[in-house]
Amino acid sequence: MKFSGTEEYVATSELQMAVNAAITLQRPLLIKGEPGTGKTMLAEQLAEALGTPLIQWHIKSTTKAHQGLYEYDAVSRLRDSQLGNADVNDISNYIKKGKLWEAFTGDKPPVLLIDEIDKADIEFPNDLLLELDKMEFFVYETQERIVAKHRPIIIITSNNEKELPDAFLRRCFFHYIDFPDKQTMQKIVDVHYPDIKKDLLAEAMDVFFDLRKVPGLKKKPSTSELVDWLKLLLADDVDPETLRSKENSIPPLYGAMVKNEQDVELLQKLAFMTRRKG
Amino acid sequence: MLVDYFQTMREYKIPCSIREYLDLISAIKHRLAFADLDDFYYLSRLCLVKDERHFDKFDKAFAHYFKGIDTLDSILTSAKGIPEDWMKSEFERMFSKEEMEAIEAQGGFDELMKKFRERLEEQEKRHRGGNKMIGTGGTSPFGNDGYNPEGMRVDQGRSRHKKAIKVWEKRNYRNLDDDVVLGIRNIKVALRRLRKFVRQGAEEVLDLDDTIHSTANNAGFLDIKLVPERHNAVKVLLFFDIGGTMDPFVKTCEELFSAARSEFKHMETFYFHNCLYESVWKDNIRRNHQRTMTWDLLRKYTKDYKVIFIGDAMMAPYEVTHVGGSVEHWNDESGATWLKRVQETFDKVVWLNPVPDDQWGWSGSLKAIHEIMEDNMFPLTVNGLEDAMRQLTR
Repeated sequence: MKFSGTEEYVATSELQMAVNAAITLQRPLLIKGEPGTGKTMLAEQLAEALGTPLIQWHIKSTTKAHQGLYEYDAVSRLRDSQLGNADVNDISNYIKKGKLWEAFTGDKPPVLLIDEIDKADIEFPNDLLLELDKMEFFVYETQERIVAKHRPIIIITSNNEKELPDAFLRRCFFHYIDFPDKQTMQKIVDVHYPDIKKDLLAEAMDVFFDLRKVPGLKKKPSTSELVDWLKLLLADDVDPETLRSKENSIPPLYGAMVKNEQDVELLQKLAFMTRRKG
Repeated sequence: MLVDYFQTMREYKIPCSIREYLDLISAIKHRLAFADLDDFYYLSRLCLVKDERHFDKFDKAFAHYFKGIDTLDSILTSAKGIPEDWMKSEFERMFSKEEMEAIEAQGGFDELMKKFRERLEEQEKRHRGGNKMIGTGGTSPFGNDGYNPEGMRVDQGRSRHKKAIKVWEKRNYRNLDDDVVLGIRNIKVALRRLRKFVRQGAEEVLDLDDTIHSTANNAGFLDIKLVPERHNAVKVLLFFDIGGTMDPFVKTCEELFSAARSEFKHMETFYFHNCLYESVWKDNIRRNHQRTMTWDLLRKYTKDYKVIFIGDAMMAPYEVTHVGGSVEHWNDESGATWLKRVQETFDKVVWLNPVPDDQWGWSGSLKAIHEIMEDNMFPLTVNGLEDAMRQLTR
């Protein structure tokens, strides 16, 4: 099993290395990087490339580690017992499988995405140490040990809101997705819009990278914003001339790239100042 | 193998353990990186470094290791002393069929060996010229670690070398290092350690008493009552040193302050000047009118409040040690007495100091307060903050 990007996903050589190392050595892969650099996409595309199912576990601030394993619904069991339901005798009727359990028991080794692990409580990663290490856990209610048939390929993403504990990090491989350089960006755009006009694209890229250089922007536009913007430019049939005149105005359809009121204001101010200078 | 490499990483303070080291070895065993310094760079970074803020240190360590490698000469010399048939069989084992055919096409194995030796000579000469760029993991080039066999691929690899060197010499990740920078986000991360319980998560805990009560009311039919989970129970008292020598640090302190505000429900902030005396104030503009007596604070807040002082502790020594030492007023009791009182009243007290800790010995008052705080003084960096938070939650 080797991953080398897909038709829709451009993976740099270091990302390929990271993914392949994680697959070969069966370690979870922790992915960090600027928002919009395709962290979550990676898992989806990896599953597609390998032809295995994708199991997604999106983490919220209220998510608990054991919810990934299983949940025992004691309340409905109690209710059922009052109603005289026959299901009550078998406790396993009230055990709901979590995402990890699902991933452990699949026929094929699936890709398990643990998305935005930093959203959860600080203790969350620590609570999963053993499960991720040994790929097994114990269900106390039924006295049953669940062992992974195949070790799933685990992709974990983080947006760096919280620091992850050392013990957890030690068990993972770590990769930081850099913001793509111009070449990679060109490839990404080619993949998404193969027929985009060459000169339009070149101009658009210049505008985009210039925009990223503007000091003081609250949120710099990222890859996904560029792709959105290009979509709009194409739909609007903007000609390269308009883009080239960027010196004295803000880029057309900027709303796709700059999403913050203050940033828009800043851009307008800068544009005004350049115009006055000119 | 690669022990020196691992040691270099440790020397550069990259927190990697035996486990990461073994991971790297095992990755190399699986031939994930083979005879390519570029690949090796990415692979070892993947295995050894677990946070982007250490990337810069890693780049430095990597450059250091591969530049200053001393063992290269001995390796190359020893390579010359290896019996030819042994090498030949090793290479036959290593090369695929196609590669062997390509070798044949280039004049056969002997020719290749000759070229190889020439290259080694050449490389040795270049060393004397001071170019030591091409290095390997510091082990035998003909072992089975999968990296070193590049002896055979030296000229293929050179262009890649150049590119690879650039990658770590660019030092792209410099601004992600955490020893100096103290942004709001970093502080938040450290302060979160103080949180013992989750703040969010309404309706999660079973309220047993209420459930029994309402089930009884319900003629025996179960009626579950839930209460919100416990809220963040961490209580904090903050004391800021304001004015005078602290002015250069005010910005850093404001960052910490604004970060702290969103973290705790029970948090009180007080200001003092230079050292803590019998009164503090809550509003810096009205410091002369509205003062709070320190005694009141000690009585009002329970001992499970965690106390954090933020100040540079730089003043004249007698401001700490002597009665009447304060520069602003006559104090009946010395600053040291008040600091000790705070320590006796509260379980956990720390002092955060924006002065770098290697300069702590330079000031008498700083040393004095450091002693009073019983080593619970930490520099105001992310690392220092983390240590302080760990101390507070211990």
